[in-house]
Amino acid sequence: MASGTTWTFRKPSIIPGFGLAFGFTLTYLSLIVLIPLAALVLMTASLGWPEFWRIASDPRTLAALRLSFGASLAAAGINAVFGLIVAWVLVRYDFPGRRLLDAFVDLPFALPTAVAGIALTALYAPNGWIGSLLAPLGIKVAYTPAGIVIALIFIGLPFVVRTLQPVMEEIDREVEEAAATLGASRFLTFRRIILPTLLPPLLTGFALALARAVGEYGSVIFIAGNIPFVSEIAPLLIVVRLTEFNYPAATAVATLMLLISFALLLAINLIQAWSRRRFGNV
Amino acid sequence: MYNDAIAPPLPMTLRPATTERRWVRWALIGVAVLFLLIFLLMPLVIVFFEAFSRGAGYFLESITEKDALAAIRLTLIVAAISVPANLVFGVAAAWAIAKFEFKGKSFLITLIDLPFSVSPVTSGLIYVLIFGAQGWLGPTLQEHGIQIIFAVPGIVLATIFVTFPFVARELIPIMQEQGTRDEEAALSLGASGWRTFFRVTLPNIKWALLYGVLLCNARAMGEFGAVSVVSGKIRGQTNTMPLHVEILYNEYLGVAAFAVASLLALLAMITLAAKTGLEWRYADEIAAQRKH
Amino acid sequence: MEAAFADATFPTVIEPDPPAPRQWSRGVPVDVTIEHVVKAFAETPALHDVSLKIEAGELVALLGPSGSGKTTLLRVLAGLEFPTSGRVLFGGEDALGLSVQERHIGFVFQSYALFKSMKVFDNIAFGLTARPARTRPSRAKIRDRVLELLDLVQLTGLENRYPTQLSGGQRQRVALARALAIEPRILLLDEPFGALDAKVRRDLRRWLREIHEQTGHTTVFVTHDQEEAVELADRIVVLNRGKIEQIGSPDEIYDRPASPFVASFIGESSALPVRIEDGRLFLDDRPIEIGATGKDGPRTLVFRPHDVELPGARPGGIAGRIIAERRHGASRRLDVEIGMRRHRIEIDVPANHPRSNKGDRVSVLPTRWWLFDA
Repeated sequence: MASGTTWTFRKPSIIPGFGLAFGFTLTYLSLIVLIPLAALVLMTASLGWPEFWRIASDPRTLAALRLSFGASLAAAGINAVFGLIVAWVLVRYDFPGRRLLDAFVDLPFALPTAVAGIALTALYAPNGWIGSLLAPLGIKVAYTPAGIVIALIFIGLPFVVRTLQPVMEEIDREVEEAAATLGASRFLTFRRIILPTLLPPLLTGFALALARAVGEYGSVIFIAGNIPFVSEIAPLLIVVRLTEFNYPAATAVATLMLLISFALLLAINLIQAWSRRRFGNV
Repeated sequence: MYNDAIAPPLPMTLRPATTERRWVRWALIGVAVLFLLIFLLMPLVIVFFEAFSRGAGYFLESITEKDALAAIRLTLIVAAISVPANLVFGVAAAWAIAKFEFKGKSFLITLIDLPFSVSPVTSGLIYVLIFGAQGWLGPTLQEHGIQIIFAVPGIVLATIFVTFPFVARELIPIMQEQGTRDEEAALSLGASGWRTFFRVTLPNIKWALLYGVLLCNARAMGEFGAVSVVSGKIRGQTNTMPLHVEILYNEYLGVAAFAVASLLALLAMITLAAKTGLEWRYADEIAAQRKH
Repeated sequence: MEAAFADATFPTVIEPDPPAPRQWSRGVPVDVTIEHVVKAFAETPALHDVSLKIEAGELVALLGPSGSGKTTLLRVLAGLEFPTSGRVLFGGEDALGLSVQERHIGFVFQSYALFKSMKVFDNIAFGLTARPARTRPSRAKIRDRVLELLDLVQLTGLENRYPTQLSGGQRQRVALARALAIEPRILLLDEPFGALDAKVRRDLRRWLREIHEQTGHTTVFVTHDQEEAVELADRIVVLNRGKIEQIGSPDEIYDRPASPFVASFIGESSALPVRIEDGRLFLDDRPIEIGATGKDGPRTLVFRPHDVELPGARPGGIAGRIIAERRHGASRRLDVEIGMRRHRIEIDVPANHPRSNKGDRVSVLPTRWWLFDA
């Protein structure tokens, strides 16, 4: 641990148990998370660049990634708009059932994805409650990419709402009053004062919903139709390759997705660092 | 918030400067409620609707059928192993992180959060790569007759991975906020380390701990993607409830699938109710971090 | 917007201001009449039948303890709160029918309420850029106005800072410049110096007085600090529990308090429960010979610590026992306990007065005092 007197790993403390707690944490973390993830990376590395590139640039891989990203972006975008409205309504207005509705927003966190998947499919199938309303209009949702977007909206909504709410609650009412005394209409106040304040959490929520949606599997596969090149998402492609015992392909796609996730995670952290610098405490 | 019930009637068009016109307010409430009803409530309702669409008898039959019971039993076993495992880990990690100052702490927190940013399918895949028949340790394990993938241990491992951060995440912020004063006081009075933990620290964090366990359990019982990759889906043996739902659904036994799904939906509702109850009552004692 | 302002080639043609949409001209200070304003209990401290007339260009302080309703009254003037009943007139026109936006007032919040996502320049320009296109001044004109205001509040050169990069006193001045930018008819300030340290407060106080003299706005400010009110205001309105206790110049308030509350809130004072019997003043059963007369009945005798003399053995003084002694500015302060019911009063004696011991007897005779009906 500590080597010499100039550099110490940890500050001294009279509280016991650091060795045990820290040691256990590291061991458990390594066994469950770090070593298995390292295995994935090593396995990919052992493929060699040409092989990796061949799998990554395979049309079916590209189609799956494009679909996963396109659908996730669409869903996160829709969630950003409606999540903003939902969060605003829950924070700002008082109406009967508000607290219940607020609690209900967490449903996608609690409901198993497979259950959500079959429920959404039943709703949007051509003979389902919603599907049968859309069918006469010529709109097909289940078993099409539109269905994927619906499932990803369900999965991602709480991320946007729960990221926005605490920031909204902390908005200083006096700032809004100040804008009003200066002659600004309510809409102008929202556009020029409130929205810029909400932009960082909105972006963070958007990115969290996006990250979750890109990797989502359970709720999507029931409603997607799963036709290669049309409605086959990237996580499903991993499973397909795995059932074909094509481990290198499964590994390569998984690594690609992992890299994408990390890029999103980095983006989230950058947004938060930027917003802390920019909007620090007045 | 402006309260119409107490405040005087305003001159026609006047309203507090920090709220919108009445029609804008009601329009926004309408949009939000409609959105939540369509995207959240209807999926939940249809689960129960479909589950009972052939009557209570069929429902009971579906959930007491042999394979369904096996799936329920396995789901409970998996949760009974993985939740306590992550509970112990969560407490240890939070103790090390919150009560001590050491280098690389924020990096450690990032690592603990890592499983949240990994696709469930990938979470299963990594264990297949290690323990599978073609994996690194697969041949060795086979020689000794140990099976992990397509067996219960693999399911438990995958479940532990996807639920890894839940407890730690709830505990770290609240324990950091509480600091070390209480523990130092107890220690200075001669209490042992363990005694200090059980008598001082644990009562301080019990609601946050319960909260984390609740979320961890909901995810553990409901996990689908990671488990489906490692389970092999052998009926009666390696089928958890979500996997059983999938199999029934794919066999066009929709109503039976919804019957089993309704049990999971019920679990979700109980989780939500308990979670909300905890938030309303112990808001301060549960870390302010609301996203998962 | 910033880019446009930074553009040096931007034409500096000054357009004539379009005619104002209301009958009064913008920026001309107006008088304010408050008639029987009642604010029933809601989330804010209540107001009970408050009437007040403020002259155009006057600088008025609303002074009172917390919960006295002073901020509520200020917010009623601004249109941020709505009274239950009563009238508010700006220059003879009904103001209650106007929204906040239409009242055209400048409001400086205690927390400053600056727009964090905007630079100082855009903060100050906000009220002008927020106007509808029809009445909005040209960019060049807005720029001139903002720079002029920055000069007035002595923040020239800081226009590109964000509010987080300013000190408390600087933020306060940005808030004031922002409120002045719209050429308000009335300037309202809520505890303008509340969050600043003592030295900055004193500097800003003097500076605000100067700005008021330069700009001549009808100005109302809320404070709980009597020193601030006395030093800054033309007139002080003392509020307590939603009612006006007294309105007057600082001299009037200090020298002729209308109630024991005013006497104790502005300056220091001691109060004793006394009564008049047969034209003589009594504390318990001892007469106090200060020449007070009036109808028989209970009264409250109020006097300031320095308005006393120690008559020594001469009868007619208020006899008590010294229980504490301490240095108080230029003089020495004695805490004195009076009579059986242990009333406590404070008196000042010269610093060179012989030191006394705890328990020493002393006789006190107020030289200036007020009698209020109890």
